[in-house]
Amino acid sequence: MEFKPTIVAFLCNWCSYTGADLAGTSRMKYKPNVRIIRVMCSGRVDPTFIFKSFREGADGVLICGCHPGDCHYQEGNYKCLRRYKLMKKFIHQMGIEADRLKLEWISASEGKQFAELVDSMTERILELGPSKIKHTVDTLAV
Amino acid sequence: MKEESTKKPKLRLAVYWGAACGGCCVSVLDVHEKLLDVIAAADLVFWPIALDIKYKDVEVMPDKYIDITLFNGAIRNSENEHLAKLLRQKSKVLVAYGSCSHLGGIPGLANFTTKEAILKRVYEESESTVNPDKVRPVPQWDVKEGVLHIPVFYNDVRNLRQVVDVDYFLPGCPPQSERLLEVFSLIVSGAALPPKGTVVGASDKTQCDECKRKKTENKKVKRFYRPIEIKDDGETCFLEQGVICMGPATRAGCGVRCIVGNAPCRGCYGPSEAAPDPGAKMLSAIATMIDSNDPVEIDKVIDTIDDPAGIFYRFSLPSSILRRTIA
Repeated sequence: MEFKPTIVAFLCNWCSYTGADLAGTSRMKYKPNVRIIRVMCSGRVDPTFIFKSFREGADGVLICGCHPGDCHYQEGNYKCLRRYKLMKKFIHQMGIEADRLKLEWISASEGKQFAELVDSMTERILELGPSKIKHTVDTLAV
Repeated sequence: MKEESTKKPKLRLAVYWGAACGGCCVSVLDVHEKLLDVIAAADLVFWPIALDIKYKDVEVMPDKYIDITLFNGAIRNSENEHLAKLLRQKSKVLVAYGSCSHLGGIPGLANFTTKEAILKRVYEESESTVNPDKVRPVPQWDVKEGVLHIPVFYNDVRNLRQVVDVDYFLPGCPPQSERLLEVFSLIVSGAALPPKGTVVGASDKTQCDECKRKKTENKKVKRFYRPIEIKDDGETCFLEQGVICMGPATRAGCGVRCIVGNAPCRGCYGPSEAAPDPGAKMLSAIATMIDSNDPVEIDKVIDTIDDPAGIFYRFSLPSSILRRTIA
């Protein structure tokens, strides 16, 4: 069966979600593998959200926030950046390929960049193949 | 005789260890002379560390014969699983006693590896092993007297709740004996028991709420230290000194014993109520403390955290969302 990756994307309300919206209203085409969840700020993305996404079968997780300095809440995106870096180290220890988790800054005017980001991440996940996390936990071999 | 008949019937108490170090069983003995009060109120019907009562004696007990079972230790092999199921069947109240049965505990760290890797290391690679035929233990072996069995070693370590229905959780590595006595006295007094699934013998507050060290709101660090890398001043919050302390994401109830002893909290009491993942909150809090907005500098600070998975999930890996490394 052909592998169709599932990518869960957490987009901040103020920049990135608007950017994705722009990609849509501008009729740009991008890969349909992304499932967008709108959050008020990238700083709201709790590590639990990421782990749960992987646990429930996401092949990749994308977080998008405002560019540094542009956060609607001053420094939510910096907090996200710090958590993202530590999460990368953690998921690597858990045997999850670091590229399955990605953080990018997308402004409200960057619809094109968002479309390209989704395409490039989908390509990368296709190379990595399906995530084994859900299968491993569901079929804990005894 | 007359007095005897009006007395309340004695409780039947069992203590069992799964994959455990024995510390939890010893913590029951740590009630010292109060053990006499326990014995006055309860008969110990099964306690392998102290009493010679066999599994087959438990198997012939009627269902729900035991009033309270304190089950400590994780589920590591088929013997642990069998006894967990057996004791569930024979007990009115099953308590997950200690970090291992509550969250997976230290044995749960084996979920960072696999059964194969463990057996290979132990039976082939370890420096003191001479095993040219690469003999491995087998669960069943025929000898002329009959068939010998040993438990099957599992690939994955689980906590008690992942195997059977659990009534209460009494956390700690090991639980504080004072908390055990409080819980036991409550049961003996006949007071109404808390709802099923409650964590007993611990507080809803965090370690930080009880910790007496000097704290400010401004927790910002340029690097993290392992406890051996820094001289603790004995009075400032460990986190503010850059030493990772699990206090903010750990239940109180132990009397902040480690911190009082000038060691940072390692998190054995587990997360506070309703945390879906035991380490995520701490990971989040620690990351936020990094005093930099520059990606390169942030990486350098994170380099000073040697083993995030082992630190944040030291006692709780099997209870975490990801549960184990991908084999």
